[in-house]
Amino acid sequence: MDFAQFQQAPVSVPTEHHSHGNRWDPYVDNGGTSLAIAGEDFVVVASDTRQSNGYSINSRYSPKAFELSNGSVLATTGYHADALKLVEHIEQRAQLYFHKHDRAMNVSAMAQMLSGILYSKRFFPYYVFPILSGLDAKGKGAVYTYDPVGNMERVNYQAYGSASALVQPFLDSQVGFKNQRNADPSRLLERPQAVKLAIDAFTGATERDIHTGDWLDLFIIDQDGIHQTKRELKHD
Amino acid sequence: MDAIKIQLPHTVQPRAENANDGAVSRTMQPIVTGTSVVAFKYKDGIMMAADTLASYGSLARFRSEKRLMAVGDNTLVGVSGDLSDFQYMQHVLEDLETRELCMDDDQTLGTKSVYKYISNIMYNRRTKVDPLWNSYVVAGLDHDEKFLGFVDLYGTRYQSPTIATGFGAHLAQPILRKRVEGREDEIEEEEALAILDDCMRVLFYRDARSFNKLRRAKVTAQGVEISEPYSLETNWDFAESIVGYGG
Repeated sequence: MDFAQFQQAPVSVPTEHHSHGNRWDPYVDNGGTSLAIAGEDFVVVASDTRQSNGYSINSRYSPKAFELSNGSVLATTGYHADALKLVEHIEQRAQLYFHKHDRAMNVSAMAQMLSGILYSKRFFPYYVFPILSGLDAKGKGAVYTYDPVGNMERVNYQAYGSASALVQPFLDSQVGFKNQRNADPSRLLERPQAVKLAIDAFTGATERDIHTGDWLDLFIIDQDGIHQTKRELKHD
Repeated sequence: MDAIKIQLPHTVQPRAENANDGAVSRTMQPIVTGTSVVAFKYKDGIMMAADTLASYGSLARFRSEKRLMAVGDNTLVGVSGDLSDFQYMQHVLEDLETRELCMDDDQTLGTKSVYKYISNIMYNRRTKVDPLWNSYVVAGLDHDEKFLGFVDLYGTRYQSPTIATGFGAHLAQPILRKRVEGREDEIEEEEALAILDDCMRVLFYRDARSFNKLRRAKVTAQGVEISEPYSLETNWDFAESIVGYGG
C-alpha cells in the first residue's frame, strides 16, 4: 500500500512532497476484476463494477466491461480513465474499418488491431489489461488476452485484475483441469457450468479482495448476440 | 464545420511552454487550494456544498472564494484542489457557454456534455503530464434524469448517487452512504439539507483546512440555485474536557 497517495490528494499543502522522485505519476490503479471463459459456441464474460482508489470506494457501479459495436465484449482492469479512452480508440478504428469495408470487424481482426493499438503506445502505455471476447469465424468462443503493451494470446479462459491471483488458479483447476489425472485440459465447459463458475469465482474474490465487489456485470455471447445481466455482490 | 479547438480567453495568458523562452512550467503541486466538495442525489435533484476558504498551505488566505459554479441552465459544478487551475477551467467553460449561445439554435448545454467536456480536458492534461490539480463534481438534471459525476486530475471519472472529494471522501462519504444510498428518490429537501449540514459540520470539526462559511447549491427541474454564504451551529463544549493531545 502506497501511503503517499493520501498526500497526492488535491487538498495536500504546498510543502508536502510526493514519493516518485519529483515527477508526478500519471497512473492510478482503480482495482476490480474481470474474467472470460470460452465455450464451444459461446463466451461468458464477467466484471465486477466497483471502482476504487486506494482504500476508498469511488463508485459501486462503474462498469469496466464494454459491449463493442461489432458484437464483441471488452473487459478491462487497471487504470479506468485509460480503459475508457482505449474503448473510444478501438471504436473509432472499428468505425473507420466499417466505412471502408462495409462490414463490421470480425473478432480476430479486432484482436489483432487491439494489439497494435496497445503497442502504438508502447512508451506511454494505456495502463489497461484487456480481455477481448466474441465468436470467431467458425462460431467458436474466442478469448484474447493482452498485457498493457500489446502482447496477445488466444486462450480458453482468463482472469485479470486485483483478484486475478485468487481467481486464475481457481479457473486453472475448474476450467483448465490443470494437474489432474485422467482429465482432458482442452475440454470446454458447458454454458451453465461456465456461468456458475464465473459467479462463484466472483463471490469468492469479493470475500477476500477489498477492491472487488458491489455488482457483477455478466455477459453471455452466442450466435444470437450478447445477453447481459447484473447480479449483486457484497457491498462491504 | 470548424475544427474543434479550445480558444483561450483573452484574459488567460498562453502557457509558458508556448512562449519562446524554451521554459516549461507545470502545476507540480497545488498552491492555493479549496478543500472538500460534498454532493448527493435526493428526491428533487442534486444537493451540493463547499466552504468558501482558499488555503495557502496551512494559511487561511482567502475566505470568501466561490467553489460552486453554474454552467448552462441546469448544470452545477463544484471544485476542490488548486483554485488557479479552477479559474482557468472557469474561463474555458464560460467560453464554451458563449460559443453555445452564439450558435443561436435554441440548443442548450446538457449536463452530460459539460461533464464529458471537463473530463476530456482533465484526461488530456494528465496525458501531457501537466494536470489541472482539481477534482470536479458535476451535477445536473436533464428531462427528469438525475446526473452526478466526478472527475479528477488523473482523468479518473465515475458516477455515483453520493460523491465527496478530498477529506470528504473519508469523513462525509460514510455518512452519505448510510443516509442516502438506496433512498435517492425518497429524501425530501428538508432532510437533504440536514444531511448536507451534518456532513459539512463533521468536516469543519475535523478538517483543519475547512471553514465555517459555506455555500450550498441544488439543481432541480427549476434550474441551478447557489446559496449565499452561511454558517453552521457548532458546539465546542467537549473541548473543556480534553486534556493533552487526546482529542
